Amino acid sequence: MKKMSVLFSSICLTLLFATASFASGTIKIGALFAVTGPASFLGEPEKKTLEMLVKEANEKGGINGMKLEAVIYDTGGDATKAVQLATKLIKDDKVSVIIGPSTTGESMAVIPVVEKEKVPLISCAAGIKITDPVKHWVFKTPANDHVAAEKILNYMASKKQKSIALLTVTDGFGASGREQIKVLAKQKGFTIVADEVYGPKDTDMTSQLTKIRGIKPDAIICWGTNPGPAVVTKNVKQLGIKTPLYMSHGVASKKYIELAGADSAEGVMLPAGKLAIYDALPKGDVQYKLLKDYDQSYKKAHGTEASTFGGYAYDAFLLATGAIKKVGSTPEQIRNGIEQTSKLVSISGIFTMSPKDHNGLDLSAFEMVKVLKGDWSLLK
Amino acid sequence: MQFDQILQYVLSGLSTGAIYALIGIGFSIIYNATGIINFAQGEFVMLGGLLTLSCLELLKLPLWAAIPCAIAVSTVVGILFERLAIRPLKQPTPINLVIITIGGSILIRGLAMLVWGKDTHAIPPFSGDTPIAIGGATILPQHLWILAITLLIIVINKVYFYHTISGKAMRACSYNRRAAGLVGIDVRRMVLFSFIISSAMGAVAGIIVAPLTMTAYDVGVMLGLKGFCAAIIGGMSSGISTVIGGLILGVLESLGAGLISSGYKDAIAFIILLLILFIRPQGLFGKADSERV
Repeated sequence: MKKMSVLFSSICLTLLFATASFASGTIKIGALFAVTGPASFLGEPEKKTLEMLVKEANEKGGINGMKLEAVIYDTGGDATKAVQLATKLIKDDKVSVIIGPSTTGESMAVIPVVEKEKVPLISCAAGIKITDPVKHWVFKTPANDHVAAEKILNYMASKKQKSIALLTVTDGFGASGREQIKVLAKQKGFTIVADEVYGPKDTDMTSQLTKIRGIKPDAIICWGTNPGPAVVTKNVKQLGIKTPLYMSHGVASKKYIELAGADSAEGVMLPAGKLAIYDALPKGDVQYKLLKDYDQSYKKAHGTEASTFGGYAYDAFLLATGAIKKVGSTPEQIRNGIEQTSKLVSISGIFTMSPKDHNGLDLSAFEMVKVLKGDWSLLK
Repeated sequence: MQFDQILQYVLSGLSTGAIYALIGIGFSIIYNATGIINFAQGEFVMLGGLLTLSCLELLKLPLWAAIPCAIAVSTVVGILFERLAIRPLKQPTPINLVIITIGGSILIRGLAMLVWGKDTHAIPPFSGDTPIAIGGATILPQHLWILAITLLIIVINKVYFYHTISGKAMRACSYNRRAAGLVGIDVRRMVLFSFIISSAMGAVAGIIVAPLTMTAYDVGVMLGLKGFCAAIIGGMSSGISTVIGGLILGVLESLGAGLISSGYKDAIAFIILLLILFIRPQGLFGKADSERV
């Protein structure tokens, strides 16, 4: 009898606590970011952005009266660790949705876990493999590389430039860009006349550019992240090459102009996410206010400019909270809510998801810009 | 293949090669005085560039004052490194010392990452960036600075090692440490000197190359390796052989990238390194048992 009463009271207690935690109404958002390690330039702004947004939302009274709680783990850019932490988020922390991971490798490793456990994942990595083919529980916020490549090629077509010299970096970003441009160029009737590469740590690309200069292409496309493209820009100026030079969205920040020098970068064109160039947007642009608010509150909180990468976490947060507001806060409801997202104005672009498209961005996510006197100016 | 293209490859190669040579000589000087390969050499290259940046931006010094300042601070780091990590060692076997220099390089790089962050930084060129045309090829004024400063340092080196007492003492250490000690040369002081000279030279290399290549906490790794290749080609000499080694490496890399394929640029450097180590471990110009200074 005594045993029974102990059992009974413990059941009562459990129920009491269970209801208590339910009544306080906390929605747990899990996050996996590469805050340290080689991909920390992605993970760090993502973490800071998410923390900032959760704090802001709670100060405004939460979502549908429920408080948000962010559980953020650092993966160090390691896929094995990302898988362990994803399992931990789902089993121990019982989160309703996971934001991240920061890199494509980690995202691909985590996908089987969330598919099995039925928890929605909003990846902040750019790799096209993540959402192509579409996975039931997986979304991603950065636009695919080929959208940026297509933007460049469309612009080139409008200027009747037909032959392309490629100069890409030998890392994942460069290799992906090189592949995408080659495929698209073939579809759209461009010819690739030179296909040169450089190492991520190379300090002089005049050899490759001298070769390209000899071939006389209509345009040069360089695909990489800093500092390589800045070196290329300087070398182009040094060699007196007058061929139009296009860069990737990977260098769409003021840092690139600063590194290359305003003088050398003059006239360089590239597709930029709107956050990097919001000053140059027409005031009527639907994203303008959001971009400005984000940049200013990030600057106030952390003293540095908001980056495109932090923007990916911002998008993920808006997608998740939008779904919670509209549909509900269980993993299943959040997933359905995200898939129904339509014309959501966010940092990376305007998201419209569908069962066939779990990225939701199109060509409008980028604007073609040109460097003019050390600043961006929009190309029409 | 047009002449002006070849000329451009050679000129680009020579200017990159001069940097490799400067770093390579730093390796050789320490090797000759201590018998170890100082794998932290590349980090002094990084420190030179980043310290110049700090002097320019934080202390608001003009360029002519920032450069000596940066060299001085890097040299102090070199002295501290020798005093704290190399000298206290109870059993200074070459393998222990080499591993310590690798550890030291990781430590210095890590600290630099904390101080200057992970971003790449630019430093203004010494005298503008209007290209200079030389028969169809173009180079920047900065390239001339690099070549001139490299030349100057080689001359100073020559004078120091052959016409001063401490230079001669250092050469004596490289021939035979024990004998040098027996005739009254303070070998440990010579080791410290070798660290001072090579950290200062590394810093100079880092400063003159920074306006072209930009600088970040991790630039020392690749530049250090290439400098090491140059020193190996030159047979670890601290004189003209290493300089020629660096120039050969630079030109071959540049010609290889231009004429064969840019994908194999780094491979070319390391294939040369392996070939030299297999076929002529005494260096391209060395006699089997040559003097090394």
